[in-house]
Amino acid sequence: MQSLGPKVIIDNLPLLLDGLGNTLLIAFISMIISIATGFLFGILRTSKNKLLKLITDIYLEAFRIVPIMVWLFIMYFFVPRALGISVSGEFAAITIFVMWGTAEMGDIVRGALESLPKSQLEAGLSVGLSRSQLFIYIQLPQAIKRIVPGAISLSTRMIKTTSLVVLIGVIDIIKRGQQVIERTKEAFWIYGFLFVVFFIICYPLSISSKKLEEKWAN
Amino acid sequence: MEASKEVLLNIKNLHKNFGDRGVLKGIDLVLHKGEVLVILGPSGCGKSTLLRCVNGLEKTNQGDIIFQGKSIYDKDIKMREIRQKIGMVFQSYDLFAHMTVIENILLGPMKSQKREKEEVLALARMLLEKVGLGDRENSYPRELSGGQKQRVAIVRSLCMNPDIILFDEVTAALDPEMVREVLEVILNLAKQGMTMMIVTHEMNFAKSVADRIIFMDEGVIVEESSPTEFFENPKTERAKQFLNKFEY
Repeated sequence: MQSLGPKVIIDNLPLLLDGLGNTLLIAFISMIISIATGFLFGILRTSKNKLLKLITDIYLEAFRIVPIMVWLFIMYFFVPRALGISVSGEFAAITIFVMWGTAEMGDIVRGALESLPKSQLEAGLSVGLSRSQLFIYIQLPQAIKRIVPGAISLSTRMIKTTSLVVLIGVIDIIKRGQQVIERTKEAFWIYGFLFVVFFIICYPLSISSKKLEEKWAN
Repeated sequence: MEASKEVLLNIKNLHKNFGDRGVLKGIDLVLHKGEVLVILGPSGCGKSTLLRCVNGLEKTNQGDIIFQGKSIYDKDIKMREIRQKIGMVFQSYDLFAHMTVIENILLGPMKSQKREKEEVLALARMLLEKVGLGDRENSYPRELSGGQKQRVAIVRSLCMNPDIILFDEVTAALDPEMVREVLEVILNLAKQGMTMMIVTHEMNFAKSVADRIIFMDEGVIVEESSPTEFFENPKTERAKQFLNKFEY
């Protein structure tokens, strides 16, 4: 059989882009929700309550220690069976990505809030600010410079990790690529295409995260 | 300026522990309106902790602090309202890094006291002018020297129109050549009759600014006297030893 060469990409572009759309949609929705829930989780994690700290620690470690793939299987196969319901692969994927994103985003927010010297808060208190005013006017504006680079780099990790959703039957760009390969045997060109696509999406994010971090370092 | 007889602050038998260690072991102290009280003592004697207790930044274990006739620990009293009347200037300046000089100064009066912007702005500009920083209102803290930052911090505190200002070793982190510009600002405040509690290691400054000196050691007030008396004729052996360390 004669090789189609790069033409295989052009011929199958609509199919591949359809998969890409699914990949990005899962990453995007998960990230947006994770930013909101991660903020809340991060604020909880700065609490002095020891029990709360322990619970949030365990939650975070659960997502760091157990591979995301295992979590996806739990959410897609185990939980529905235990509850006697059925969930779509997309739903299971977004749920796990949000739970994971909340943990990681929360840790970024916690780190940023705690990096602020305690004396900045005391200075705020000494001009009569309330707890919530302290948060809005002093803590948040200073923490945001540490949160944004971390959040961007988390979103690149999330985009890459979406490649696992193929294992729970979600039709993403990897799955589409595999389908094309099965049909045409053009593994080289299709995987090359996937490489370039992920690079084009993630590299600007990675660079901007680094640039912002440097810019805001002082 | 002569201090009046009106009692502004009355500290009664104040105790503060850090873990098992007593940092303040029964402090009794009265501060009159218009009075400048300087607190001296070796490192770790509890003088900074005492100031922090007055501003409610430290919880205390026993005793009471009466400000303008009411206990600051009273259930009906809101600490943030007390802090609007008791200003504090810190060793590390602690200007808010993300705000310009003028934003730093306006934050408290506008957000916590809900005062009109025009009024506070006029006051802030007048005070900045007075401390020689009239042209720096749009600078960020990182663009200022230590001495300039500390003068801004003093203006930030003054703009709240406080009844007392607490100064916690405000020149300790400064390069020697910047100490004077900050101390002069405080001396001027003393002349205008501002009530102040000052913790410092600058002995000459203490001598010239204080109406009364308190010497603390190991969590208690060891000696209380006028500046002339304290520096020329200290009553206790511990005070003598302390003063000797500042002579070469």
